[in-house]
Amino acid sequence: MEVIQLHEAMVFLGRFPALAGVNLAVHTGEIIALQGANGAGKTTLLKLCAGLIPLDKGSGKVLGHDLDSEQKSIRRSVAMLGHTSGLYEDLTVDENILFWAQAAGLDRAAAYDRRDDAIQRMGIEERLRRLPVSRLSAGQKRRTSLASLAVRRPQLWLLDEPHSGLDQEGRESVDLFIKEAVKAGATVMIASHELDRINSLSPRVVTIAGGVVAGGEKQ
Amino acid sequence: MTQFFNDLFLVAMKDLRIEIRSRVIVNQVAPFAVLVLVLFGFALDADQRTLRLFAPGLFWVAILLCLLLAVQRSVSLEVINDSLLGLKMAGLSPSSIFLGKAMAVFVQMIFLELFLTGGVIIFYGTSIDDLALWIVSGLVAALALSATGTLYGALASGLEVRETLLPILLLPVLAPVLIGATKAYSGALGESVTNGWQWTGLLSLFALAALALGAMAYGVLVEE
Repeated sequence: MEVIQLHEAMVFLGRFPALAGVNLAVHTGEIIALQGANGAGKTTLLKLCAGLIPLDKGSGKVLGHDLDSEQKSIRRSVAMLGHTSGLYEDLTVDENILFWAQAAGLDRAAAYDRRDDAIQRMGIEERLRRLPVSRLSAGQKRRTSLASLAVRRPQLWLLDEPHSGLDQEGRESVDLFIKEAVKAGATVMIASHELDRINSLSPRVVTIAGGVVAGGEKQ
Repeated sequence: MTQFFNDLFLVAMKDLRIEIRSRVIVNQVAPFAVLVLVLFGFALDADQRTLRLFAPGLFWVAILLCLLLAVQRSVSLEVINDSLLGLKMAGLSPSSIFLGKAMAVFVQMIFLELFLTGGVIIFYGTSIDDLALWIVSGLVAALALSATGTLYGALASGLEVRETLLPILLLPVLAPVLIGATKAYSGALGESVTNGWQWTGLLSLFALAALALGAMAYGVLVEE
């Protein structure tokens, strides 16, 4: 099944064509890596697939939902990790993850179960659970962000520079998380500058340049 | 509908928990409010009779200044780590986010009103003549302030200069609330023969309009 289908997708930021006719198909269970220079359109492509910015021209579907008219349905099924953590600094790790589980519409009991499961999967240490997020390191915050998204059990993960600012251990835990998400049946699209890292993670690397898929797709 | 109210309370409780944890209202905004009351007293260089006469107006000006701080804080919670993106991705309705955030600001405003009422009683020597009017007008004015503040906070949230722009946008819109609440409090504190209930009625209309407009417009504002 095709999780993402884009046909001549165009997105304008003001008058600037951030995406200038992208054609892309991503299948269930794939890890697809996007590489390209700053401003090439990687983040815009991720945001488009998350239903966060409108498609100006062309057509596309994500998880079977139309990008033009069903953005809200797309958002509920997709998890996007951007450059920021999305966490509340004054809440503890436990409180943050529980909040995002309940925000996803889970009842209290299910939210607690999912929180504990996500914390275990992300390898968040017991001693960190009651600490406010403001006291965590960058790597611990990243793992907490991923856990707070994992409680929704999304079918599609969109990760924008997931390794940035992390030490070796943090990078490896993100890699492990990505592999486990795919094992569990999800699809992952990663935008990254770290070519070695994404080459080792993904057999499929797409180069974005000037808002288009600039050929050179490695399979 | 149940999900809507669940989401609303979830957002409100989250904001209030953060406030309780960070103690910004208790440790920063409340002392600021007391300072404003004291400075008004110095500036007017007046005896207690004059201060009692102006107490309702000074009280609500102090509350407006506190509202600006509370709304800035409410906005920054969602902006600092782009948590609003997460709320949108989680599928929460914009109306429930708006009403939840407005409810949290409302609770903070009630706390500040109680605190500052103690302040005007101690510093200005006022007393409450009409308890029912004092309670109802205080609640309705807090509702009008928190709904309008949350709406304008969302309007300014996407802008780089939101800290300086918010007061310029918000204070003129809240002028009717300031006038109505001052008149109602004048009646409640026995400082004038004004019919405070009529002004409370007008405040109620303003509060309802702000809540309805906010619930409808919030989605558009945060999407833009």
